[in-house]
Order: sequence, then C-alpha cells, then structure tokens
Amino acid sequence: MSKINTLEDLNKAGKRGLATLIPSGTKIMVGMATSGIASGAQDVYHALDREIRERRLDIILSRTGSMGMDCMEPLVDVLEPGKPRLAYGKITAKKAPTLLEQIAKGTIETIKPFYRMDEEESIILGKSKRYGDGSVPAYLKEIPTIKEIPFYAKQVKIATRNCGLIDPESIDEYIAKGGYSGLYKAITGMKPEAIIKEVIASGLRGRGGGGFPAGIKWKTCREAKGDVKYVICNGDEGDPGAYMDRSVMEGDPHSVIEGMIIGAFAIGSHDGYIYVRNEYPLAVANLGKAIEKAREYGLLGKNIFNSGFDFDIRISKGAGAFVCGESTALMASLEGAAGEPRAKYIHTVEHGLWNRPSNLNNVETWANVPAILTRGGKWFAGIGAQNSTGTKVFSVVGKINNIGLVEVPMGTPLKDIVYDIGGGVPHGRKFKAVQTGGPSGGCIPEKLIDLRVDFDELWKAGSMMGSGGMIVMDDRTCMVDIARYFIEFLESESCGKCIPCREGVRRMRDILEDICAGKGQAGDVELLETMSQAIIDGSLCALGGSAPNPVLSTIRYFRDEYDAHIKEGRCPAGVCKALIKYSVDSETCTGCGMCVKVCPTGAARGEKKQPHVIDEATCTRCGACLESCKFDAINVK
Amino acid sequence: MAKCIIDGKKITAPDGTPILQAARDNGIDIPTLCSHESIEPSGACRLCVVEIKKGKRSKIVTSCLYQVEDGLEVDTKSERVMNVRRLVLALLLARNPASEVIREIAVKMGVNPQPRFKLDEDKGKCILCRLCVRTCADIVGVNAIGLSHRGPSKTVGPPFDEDSSACIGCGACAYVCPTGHILMEEKVDERKIWGRRFKMKACDTCGRYFAPLDQLEFISKKTGVSVADLSICTSCR
Repeated sequence: MSKINTLEDLNKAGKRGLATLIPSGTKIMVGMATSGIASGAQDVYHALDREIRERRLDIILSRTGSMGMDCMEPLVDVLEPGKPRLAYGKITAKKAPTLLEQIAKGTIETIKPFYRMDEEESIILGKSKRYGDGSVPAYLKEIPTIKEIPFYAKQVKIATRNCGLIDPESIDEYIAKGGYSGLYKAITGMKPEAIIKEVIASGLRGRGGGGFPAGIKWKTCREAKGDVKYVICNGDEGDPGAYMDRSVMEGDPHSVIEGMIIGAFAIGSHDGYIYVRNEYPLAVANLGKAIEKAREYGLLGKNIFNSGFDFDIRISKGAGAFVCGESTALMASLEGAAGEPRAKYIHTVEHGLWNRPSNLNNVETWANVPAILTRGGKWFAGIGAQNSTGTKVFSVVGKINNIGLVEVPMGTPLKDIVYDIGGGVPHGRKFKAVQTGGPSGGCIPEKLIDLRVDFDELWKAGSMMGSGGMIVMDDRTCMVDIARYFIEFLESESCGKCIPCREGVRRMRDILEDICAGKGQAGDVELLETMSQAIIDGSLCALGGSAPNPVLSTIRYFRDEYDAHIKEGRCPAGVCKALIKYSVDSETCTGCGMCVKVCPTGAARGEKKQPHVIDEATCTRCGACLESCKFDAINVK
Repeated sequence: MAKCIIDGKKITAPDGTPILQAARDNGIDIPTLCSHESIEPSGACRLCVVEIKKGKRSKIVTSCLYQVEDGLEVDTKSERVMNVRRLVLALLLARNPASEVIREIAVKMGVNPQPRFKLDEDKGKCILCRLCVRTCADIVGVNAIGLSHRGPSKTVGPPFDEDSSACIGCGACAYVCPTGHILMEEKVDERKIWGRRFKMKACDTCGRYFAPLDQLEFISKKTGVSVADLSICTSCR
C-alpha cells in the first residue's frame, strides 16, 4: 500500500473508499459495535455470511459501528444500487434467510425496514451524497426517512458522524467521508498558531466532563517550556450506563486519531497516547488496527504529508479504575504507577506525563477536531448554545423507550431528549428524574424538564455535563436508593488516597443504607449536607470533589422522600425493601395466576379466577409479581 | 520572593514555598498528619487545607502543596476550612479509635466523635498518610512496603502481605509513622517488623546491638564501605 503524501493520494484513497462505501452491487451492513454484538449481531452476521455463500449471492457483507439506536439492535442496513438505504431493526439469525429472499424479490413484505436513507450526509464535506439517482421506488415511499424518525430528527452528528455508516476497519471509507482532509489542510496550509486560533474560535469545550476550552488548553501546552510534549486521549470512560466514547472508538477510530494528529501538530508534540480501558476490547482492537493503517499510509510516523512533522500514537490499556479517567491519575497510570491523582495546582499542560507538558482531551473532544478544521471554528460555534458550542453525545438509558446514543446540539431542551428522541418512559409510567453527568452528577427533577442541556445550565441545576451519561428514572425509582447506589459506586472507585473521599464517602453510604433500611435518624439529612460540603471542599481530586453531588441533588429536589424514609418509615416509590409491603388488591385481581408463576418463594398464592394473596412472611419484595401483573393489582406500600 | 497575607499577617516568602511552610515560619500553626520536612508532600490527609482568596474568588487548597504567590490572601481557620478539618478528624476518630494522636488533635480542636460513624475494628492506627511508604522509597531507597487495594480497602504493607525480602529492618517507617501504627519489637539481638525477624549486629567497640545486619549490608552495597567498617555504633564512632 502506497503512502499518502499529497492531496491527490488522499483523493485516490477516498475514491477507493467510496467504491466500497456505496458499491455498484448490493451491500448489507451489520451494526457490530458492542451494543450490536450484545444483542446478537455476531450471530446475525454469521448467518448472513453463511446464507450468502451457500446461495452464491452477489452481495457484499460488511461490518459497521453503531447508529445509536441501540434499542433496535441488531441493526442491519441494506443498500441496493439505485435505491435508498434501508435500516432493519431487531434482526435475528433466524430472520437472515427471509431478509435475503426479500432482497432478491425486491420487496419489503415480510420484514419491514423502520427507516430509509435517501442520501448519506458528510458533515466534514458539508454535503450529502444521494444513493443512486435519488429517486425513491413507489414501494418504499411508505417507509419514513431517517429524518422523519423522532429518534433521529433532532440529532446533529459531528463526533459520531461516521458511526454506523463506515466500516471502522477501512481507512479508505473514512477518507471517502472527508477523513484526513482536515489534517491535510492543517499540516500543509496552516501554522500551529492558526490551528489553535480556529479551535479557540470554535468554542469547543472538553467533552470529558471538565468543560475546559480545548483551544486554550492547546495554547497553554504549546507555550509551555519543554522540548518533549505529549498528546493524550482519555478513553477511560467509566460512568455506569455511559458508552459515548466507546461507540466512537469502535465505530470511527480514525476520527480520534486524526484529531490527535492535528492537536499534536498545533501543540508541537511528537508522541501520543490513547488510554483506553481494557474492558473495551473492541475499541482497543479497532483503535489498534486504525493506528496500523494510518502508519501504513504515512499519516502517522515520520514526515506526515511531506511536512517534516513526525507523530505517532501508542495505546495504553487501563485496568478499569474509574479514577483513572481523572487526568493526573491517568497520567500516573500511563507512567506505570498506581492510578492516583495528585493536586493540580501545577497544571498538566506544563508538568504532566513524566513531568512534561501534556495535553489531554477525551475521545469525543478529539473526534470533533477534524470537523472544526474542515468546516471552520465559526461554523462549529454556530451550532449549540452561547457558551457551550457544538453538539454533545449522550447515552440515554434507564426507564426510557428508545435506549441509545444521541448527539444533539448543546442547549437542546431536556424534554426533547427524553420525550421526542427518547420516546418517553415505558409502560405509561411517569417520568421522575434524569441523572446526568455520571455517578458524580446530579438528578434533574421533572419540574426542570424544560432545562436546556449545556455545561452551564446543568451546573446551575446542581448537576453537570460529565461525559454525557443520562439515566432516566420513572416514578418507581426511589431517590434515596439512587443516591445510595451512586455513592456506593464512588466508594468502591475512590482511589483511597485522601481521607475525605476514602472515609467520608464510605460513611455517607453507611448513613444512606441506614435510611433505606428504615434506620435513619433525625438529623441524618443535615449531617449528609455538612459532610458533603466538607468532602467537596476537602477532597484531592474531582472524584471526591463531586462525589456528594448525587446526594446533594436528591436532597435538593426530593427532600420529602428522605423525610418519608426517616420520619414516617415509608418509601414512597416502593423500592426500599425494609419499608414496603406487597399486597394484592382483591378488587382488581382477576386471579390469572401470573404472580404465582413468577414468585420465587411461593409467597403469592390463590385459587384460579379468585383474588390472590401475598404472604408477608415469605415475600422477599423482589418485585417479580409487580412486573408481571397485567392488571395493576399488586399494591406496594 | 512572594508577598502574601496569611491570617491577616503580611508575609514574605521565597517563591516556591508551600503555604504550610510559610505559615509555620511565621508562627502560624496549621495541623497536618502526612507532611514531613524530609519528604515530598503528597496532600493525602487534607488536615492542612486553607482557604485562599485571589481577587473575588476563594477556594480551599492544600497548604502543603499550594505555593505562596504575590497578592495571595490565606485564611487558615475559616469556617469552610474548619468544616473540612472537623470532618477529617471525625472520620479518623471512627477509623482509628485506638489512636491517641488522633484523639489528642481532636480534643485540641474541639472535635467530638460522630455517633453516626460506627467504629472500625480492623484498621489499627493506620491513617494511610503514606509517610512510611514515601520514606522507604525516597529516603531509604528500598521500596519494601507499598500501598495495595483501592478506596476504603486500601492498606499499607509489604507486597502480598508476605515477609518482605527487600526490607532491611531499618525501622524508618516506624519512626515516621505519626500514629504509632507500625510496630517494631526489639529484643536484645533481634528486631521484628512487618512480620519479619532481623538479626541485630553488635557494636565492635561497646558490644551494644545497634543495627540490623541486613541494613549494614545494604549500606555497604550502596556505599562500598565494608560491613566490618560499618560495625561500630554511632556513639562509639
């Protein structure tokens, strides 16, 4: 494979990429990010592969990353020449032969696609490419376009621009979508200072949680004294329920690599590290392959684009400590030491990895950079909110219909994310709160549903952006129990270096456990508040400094629930086992026997077609009957 | 030189001086448990926090790490500072109920045990200040002990809690331990520390057992001076 030295070389690679991206024959793409694989995409892929070979079909089978709509996984996209691209959701291995038959017949009779794409957008190139001649065959007109699907309608994809569209292992396809043109522009036509100016103009703020302006960080690092400087990518995403960065690393690794090369050139660094957790095997693998390809093409290594600029990237695998997402702990871990943070009074941009100037940004921040370079800082700043420009990827999980990854402009109302994109709360239950910012973020209550989601608004509401986790909760969620859960997580993830975090968070968990167990005491809430302030003020790093947030925000918005537990011995949401009792409403019970079937201890009893009962002594309050009862006849009080 | 104000007192200190040092040099006492003049600060105990003001903004910093700056205003006893110290002490009273040192500091600062914190029974007197670990690594140069595990289960000791083959029995860790957690038992010709027994060497002149043989061998290896030449105690030298 020849090296890419000129724009002509780059365009040639792009043409090769386009030939596989939109081939002349039929192509089937299986979403093979972890979200897809977890839903059985591997079986689907193998089944399709087997069928295609056995039937000697002239079909190209390809792997892609995740389009974000994980509740519809495994996702299979079909692209036939001259036709829109069709997306099929929840495809199983069993359905594979039917799907192939359907393609052969040219129908959508048996398995209906849930959306179609008439064109493929490239945010980098600033234009769309129509599939075929752009006409839509009559039989496909009833299928909504991707922009008509509420999940996608309000999304703007910059960081996740290629996820689910390209084969992450194909550097050519990445180039076909405009990849590495930002790097070409930066390296061959711009001075480092001008690049930094562009990034500052874009208003890009760190997507890992800190929200620090990326351009300013780059500038400080460029101006820091030292010959050797490092560029680091933080891929140590560890919030429960969050997987934005994983999806980018798995589905579009080159976007991160290109961003890092641009950053390195601007800062004056020749060594880069991607720190990624080992629990992300596919991300590690895809990043590794991408780095190799980039080296083969000469986009990493010596004399990139004949500019005399050298830069290479190494992958460092983390052992899955949440605290290693903190920049100083991450750097300690990179050095081979235990992942413990240090005070940041001396900034890492001046004294970071091996005491040298180091610029650390997270995966999503890096992935935004190529788009900023090609489209310009002004373009990026025009998207989103005033002080939070661009878009943000969120993983919307929990009690929500459309579980998945969404990328929306900053400032999008929470309501739009929960109801329009997320499709609301399942089973007609009531939306109660959403936890943003990961375990050390906060719970935003229903009354703030109109809040515009950006760095500052979330902060004002007592939560934070974090890296973009959003856990939606319904009215069957106990906020004290939620606070206890997050505090327990943070307790086990504390590095243990400083006393307020190591000991304080543990004691907060003890008190929260007591409250959930009906052993709360008068003054507990006030004690939690005092402790929280001391832990926020006194902790060494941001983990401890934000650890009390889930407690403080639940006290702020749901104090009545704390009071109900402590003063009345009651769990209003019906979650805390020590405070609840299950019973059957004899009026609504039809005696269907479902609860008897699912009850693991035999506590649910009764004659068929007669009202049932639950024996309090043997009931473990597991909630199985509640979940299974179709008539809402189970009371929890 | 940096000019700053600590507790209302105008102070001049060389650039790079930590607030803690500058305060102490000027007779202002800031409590600490993990700092030692011979060892690089680590900022683990958080007892030395102070509140600093730069312009309109104020924040809590660790005085053992934060360096003096021109125009910096420091309050070593503000309410926010005391709230942190009170919590740290209440937490340590519950973690190390047997520690007299902690109790004394708590009494001095008027901090009572928090009845909502159950007393730990398995932590001894160790507050995980890591003075011992840093001394062993940076001063002695042996690295016989270290920290293991994470969060509340963090402990200090030799690797895998086994007898350390690297330990030379010098006892520096026990010497710097601020709470007396590290036990060093000495019988006439034997010393026991971290579960391992060390043979003591008698002074060639006075006959007093004065140092572990392992330590003398370690020094000999490092300096090139023979063990025989090292076999005279400091009093007889």
